[in-house]
Amino acid sequence: MWLEVTPLDAIELRSVSRSFDINGARLVALDALDMRVAEREIVAIVGPNGCGKSTLLRVASGLLPPDRGTVLAYDSTVAGVDPRVGLVFQEPRLLPWRDVLANVAFPLELAGVPRAEREERAREVLALAGLDDFATAMPDQLSGGMAQRAALARALAPRPDVLLLDEPFSALDALTRERLDAELLALWSQTGTTIALVTHSISEAVFLSDRVLVMSQRPGHIVEEVPVEAARPRQMSGGDAATFSAAADRVRAILAQSDAGDDQEQAA
Amino acid sequence: MSAPLARPASEPSSTRTNAPPAKRVLRDVVPVAAAAAAFVLIWQLVVLVGSYPEFILPGPLVVAARFVSGWTEGVIGPHFLTTLSEVLLGLALGGVAGIVTGILLARSRLAARMLSPYIVAAQATPILALAPLIALWFGTGLASRMLICALICFFPIAVGTMVGIRSVDPRLVELGRSLRATRWQRLGRIEVPSALPQILGGLRIGVTLAVVGAIVAEWAGGDQGLGVLINLSRGSMFDIPLMFATLFTIALLGVALYLMVVAIERRLVRTRT
Repeated sequence: MWLEVTPLDAIELRSVSRSFDINGARLVALDALDMRVAEREIVAIVGPNGCGKSTLLRVASGLLPPDRGTVLAYDSTVAGVDPRVGLVFQEPRLLPWRDVLANVAFPLELAGVPRAEREERAREVLALAGLDDFATAMPDQLSGGMAQRAALARALAPRPDVLLLDEPFSALDALTRERLDAELLALWSQTGTTIALVTHSISEAVFLSDRVLVMSQRPGHIVEEVPVEAARPRQMSGGDAATFSAAADRVRAILAQSDAGDDQEQAA
Repeated sequence: MSAPLARPASEPSSTRTNAPPAKRVLRDVVPVAAAAAAFVLIWQLVVLVGSYPEFILPGPLVVAARFVSGWTEGVIGPHFLTTLSEVLLGLALGGVAGIVTGILLARSRLAARMLSPYIVAAQATPILALAPLIALWFGTGLASRMLICALICFFPIAVGTMVGIRSVDPRLVELGRSLRATRWQRLGRIEVPSALPQILGGLRIGVTLAVVGAIVAEWAGGDQGLGVLINLSRGSMFDIPLMFATLFTIALLGVALYLMVVAIERRLVRTRT
């Protein structure tokens, strides 16, 4: 039994709490939240607006320190922004005065990687993201989808073990979004990162993830998790469609339930 | 497969440079030349109609001739070089001090509270009134003239930098934090480049003011410079066409410096929305 190999947790949050002071009012964003993401796993986090999903990712990445609890990456404590973790924001946040290549190489530049090496590595991830032809384009020449691809490439450039995505495609139109979802899965299979993403879209969550974590209304904690048992590589339509829609229904039911619970609490 | 997602670049600057040369000349050069011609024509007309003597208002041809001879005879040249070096040194000093102060004002509330009143008060005091004091303290040499130039161009550059740094997109700053940028990396690679349009806007005002500062400083004392030459040509030399030629030299210096900043701006800030 002690020979059994347990999969390592790439990211683990142990009873993490975080609150904010907004104009004197105390706002509890996360309340004793537990979460584990195994190595190579893809986990989606869904929940109502303002339930603390973005805070969760910022705490997991080390960008925000938790008030209480611990964040671990591969069993070592995350204190401050962790180089093993890459973060993709809702907006591309490209530096408008740099071309795509220089934007993608930016994290490596900050880390002191010599120019030749960082440009080579940036070109590699650009190729992965399907942006080979846009290395010299400026950010304002890119469409929303291209810009977000560049942001994804930038996050991958330092070869993080874990990729955290904060509603990465929510500003894109539905067609571009589906395409990027599929590309994200392709990237995942080529790079071997672990992924946790926050999303508003239930269909996106079930298509991408191995598990969907459903968060409650503030103070945020995870009420339930829904496994999505579809083999990879996945297709949005076809044989997996039934699995996706069953999982999506389950997520919707949990969200509706927690809403109703909230209403009762408020009524009481 | 990704090509259809790309949106064609449709910034006005690209259409501007893509226009055929003939059209560009028509649009960019002709209006400038026409305005200059009109100015000279009206000037000549005023001289003819008013029949002013040369020591009140010399005609454009007389001034142009004196401008050329002033330069070829080496009358203007040495004075020009003196003023130019004062302006450039003053700009460098005032620019560096202005940018550093601007960053400090933007980053530290305490610094803003403590320094702002003095910076504004110093700016509100006319440089004309300060010049004699600075000449008293630092003499009438290059140091005090440079200092006056620096003082006068400091304010717009400091304010431009402060406004620019304060308006940096906080999301880009957060990006920097998420990429573990050090404080200096954040400043040098995110904040200052972001603020560059405003910093250069301050510099645009600063360069023209630096020329004013140099002339004022030369009036406060000294033996060389375009400001001194104006005094000489009006006084002991009594060469009014030379005085006009000097005025033109000063104006041209200001315009040239201004255009230099614009050129730098075009290079550095070419692709922003």
